[in-house]
Amino acid sequence: MNKIIEKKQISEEVFRFQIEAPLIAEECQPGQFIILQISEEGERIPLTIADSDNKQGSITLIFQTVGKTTHLLAELEEEDKILNLVGPLGKPTHIENFGTVVGVGGGIGVAPLYPIAKALKAAGNKLIIIIGARTKELVILEDEMKTIADEIIICTDDGSYGRKALVTEPLKELCERAKKPDLVTAIGPPIMMKFCSETTRPYGVSTVVSLNTIMVDGTGMCGGCRVTVGGKTQFVCVDGPEFDGHLVDFDNMMHRLNSYKKRESSDHEQCHLEMEIKKRKNKQDAPKQ
Amino acid sequence: MLPSNNHLTPKERLAIPPQEMPSQDPAKRKTNMSEVALGYTQEQAQFEAMRCIQCKNTPCITGCPVQIDIPGFVKAIADGDNKKSIDIIKKNSLLPAVCGRVCPQETQCQAPCTIGKSLKDVNKAVSIGRLERYVSDWERNNGMIATPSVKKETGKKVAVIGSGPAGITVAADVRREGHAVTMFEAFHKTGGVMVYGIPEFRLPKKMVKEEIDTLEKMGVEIKRNFVVGRTRKVIDLMKKDGFDSIFIGTGAGLPRFMNIEGENLVGVFSANEYLTRSNLMRAYDKKKSHTPIFDSRKVGVFGGGNVAMDAARTALRLGAEEVHLIYRRTEVEMPARVEEVHHAKEEGIIFHLLQNAKRILGDDKDHVKAIECLKYELGEPDDSGRRRPVVIEGSEFTIDLDTVIVAIGNDSNPLIKQTTPDLKTNKWGNLVADENGKTSIDGIYAGGDIVLGAATVILAMGQGRIAAKSINDYLKTKK
Repeated sequence: MNKIIEKKQISEEVFRFQIEAPLIAEECQPGQFIILQISEEGERIPLTIADSDNKQGSITLIFQTVGKTTHLLAELEEEDKILNLVGPLGKPTHIENFGTVVGVGGGIGVAPLYPIAKALKAAGNKLIIIIGARTKELVILEDEMKTIADEIIICTDDGSYGRKALVTEPLKELCERAKKPDLVTAIGPPIMMKFCSETTRPYGVSTVVSLNTIMVDGTGMCGGCRVTVGGKTQFVCVDGPEFDGHLVDFDNMMHRLNSYKKRESSDHEQCHLEMEIKKRKNKQDAPKQ
Repeated sequence: MLPSNNHLTPKERLAIPPQEMPSQDPAKRKTNMSEVALGYTQEQAQFEAMRCIQCKNTPCITGCPVQIDIPGFVKAIADGDNKKSIDIIKKNSLLPAVCGRVCPQETQCQAPCTIGKSLKDVNKAVSIGRLERYVSDWERNNGMIATPSVKKETGKKVAVIGSGPAGITVAADVRREGHAVTMFEAFHKTGGVMVYGIPEFRLPKKMVKEEIDTLEKMGVEIKRNFVVGRTRKVIDLMKKDGFDSIFIGTGAGLPRFMNIEGENLVGVFSANEYLTRSNLMRAYDKKKSHTPIFDSRKVGVFGGGNVAMDAARTALRLGAEEVHLIYRRTEVEMPARVEEVHHAKEEGIIFHLLQNAKRILGDDKDHVKAIECLKYELGEPDDSGRRRPVVIEGSEFTIDLDTVIVAIGNDSNPLIKQTTPDLKTNKWGNLVADENGKTSIDGIYAGGDIVLGAATVILAMGQGRIAAKSINDYLKTKK
């Protein structure tokens, strides 16, 4: 169980793992996530399911190395096992034929957007995809998205690929079209989801966001993931992860995400230090030519 | 010198002073996670057991949710026969090492004790809980824990959802009858609230582990990282996986908040989250564990139950300089065990009684900086029979804090309900089960906090015992 069948490095910081998980593959639906722990002392972290294959009994995770656990995860190789893997968690995405749907994926957020976009397309929606990334290197799943999207727009912050723009720019243009979108699904960094929601608000275009907050159990038990939505407290793990973007208190959510910032920064630094030491050691150990 | 238990008169028994249980020094223990109470020595246990006058009407048994033959096991200790004593307990209770430590004895078996009544002080009743703890520790320390025998395989399959006290009891009782049992646990570790909720300093984890090991030796299969409702729907356990019967013991598991201003600020935690980080994820071991826990200087804990005491004392052990416990009634109404309140005070937790938080104040980065409280006085009794706290208008004052832990109870977890539409629940979301533990779906039984609302280990165990009997009866008639 939980064996890594395939490991691919998509960019310097982004990895794709295909993991043997027949039970999760059988039950999982777009929008759901898993929680994993890779060692006895490890932290439990949530990751959204990027794809699943029921026949093969596997799920795909795409993650960026941002903290200690994701760095350690990236060090695992094919045939290694994930110690603990639980899911699928969270409510599945509500899928129906809305009409025209815009899917906005920012950075690593394109990964969880992919299965949702695929399901929306299959339900008969006209699908417009906006992919945003810092730079060309970090644009992921472009080919996969192209096979399902009716229209695709790529933006990079530095203009190294596609338009030099933030995702909100094309999103605004789409909202200004004669036939504005019926639904926007935005997944990415909190700040991006906040501004996508602000962009669509004046046009009255329904906007769904998928939140990735701090979590321990993922079943409603700890309440660490709570967010304020429309003035009410909601648990991302059991009430979400998807919410009406126009009602989410993003500022509070972003503050809460930084609860352990100090510890995370020092862990991250330590991690890079250890990786550098390892690299240099490997170089030294390498047989001289 | 220990007298012989045979020749003591009731008067002489009453004259034996109640035996204090040794515990770690408060100044020392608040810097470590080791167990606070150290347990009786054999001599202390025998003296304490001799205080029991073996009264005929046995009010203690009536006070015990699982009706242990208390005078019987106490007499055996007084006679020096620990083996006989533990055998008597085990007829009714599977988890004596746990119950001896966490049961609220002063409101159960010890409340109606004749000795306590004669001495006009419930705290002078025979210390039944400490004796239970003593004799179960004796059994374990002497390697006497035996694996219960299992009858011939029946070919029937039972799923037990949740590995807490209710689930453990059902798994053992059903397995004993020869049915195949699979236990499902959502976490990566088994034991439920005994592992994620109750801290090491009150209930060492090894005791829970031993109970689970015993189940595995009996042939119970355990599946961890399995969230019934998500990984598999309850109904599919029957339809797809062929289970003949199911027991649901998933616990309360949805923390209640106060719905006051500021509750989602950075530094506000449910007791569940705070304790799970420390206990299950071992965040207290800051060098080893990758799971972070909030660095606190001044902590406020809301609530007056055992969980509130656990959270407050954990915060202290994690290095907080000041821990305030805020409870809106008085100490008399506190649901926590007397011993925990006593230990918390010894360790320097600051009690604010008849006070309650009105709102939590934050700084410009949404971090907790203080709470505003109101003072209360006791009014007329409410539905629970406890005098209702009434707010004193205009009594607002603030306490500077950087951390708030909310420990005001749990509601029932909605996961099973959401994914099993035919399962009836009451208005609080608890599963509806009859006196035999049967739910609204044939073959599915439930017990523990998911039925009772947040309660105790022993009540969960009691319900598990009843449900297990129902399941065993049900499987006899099921083809």
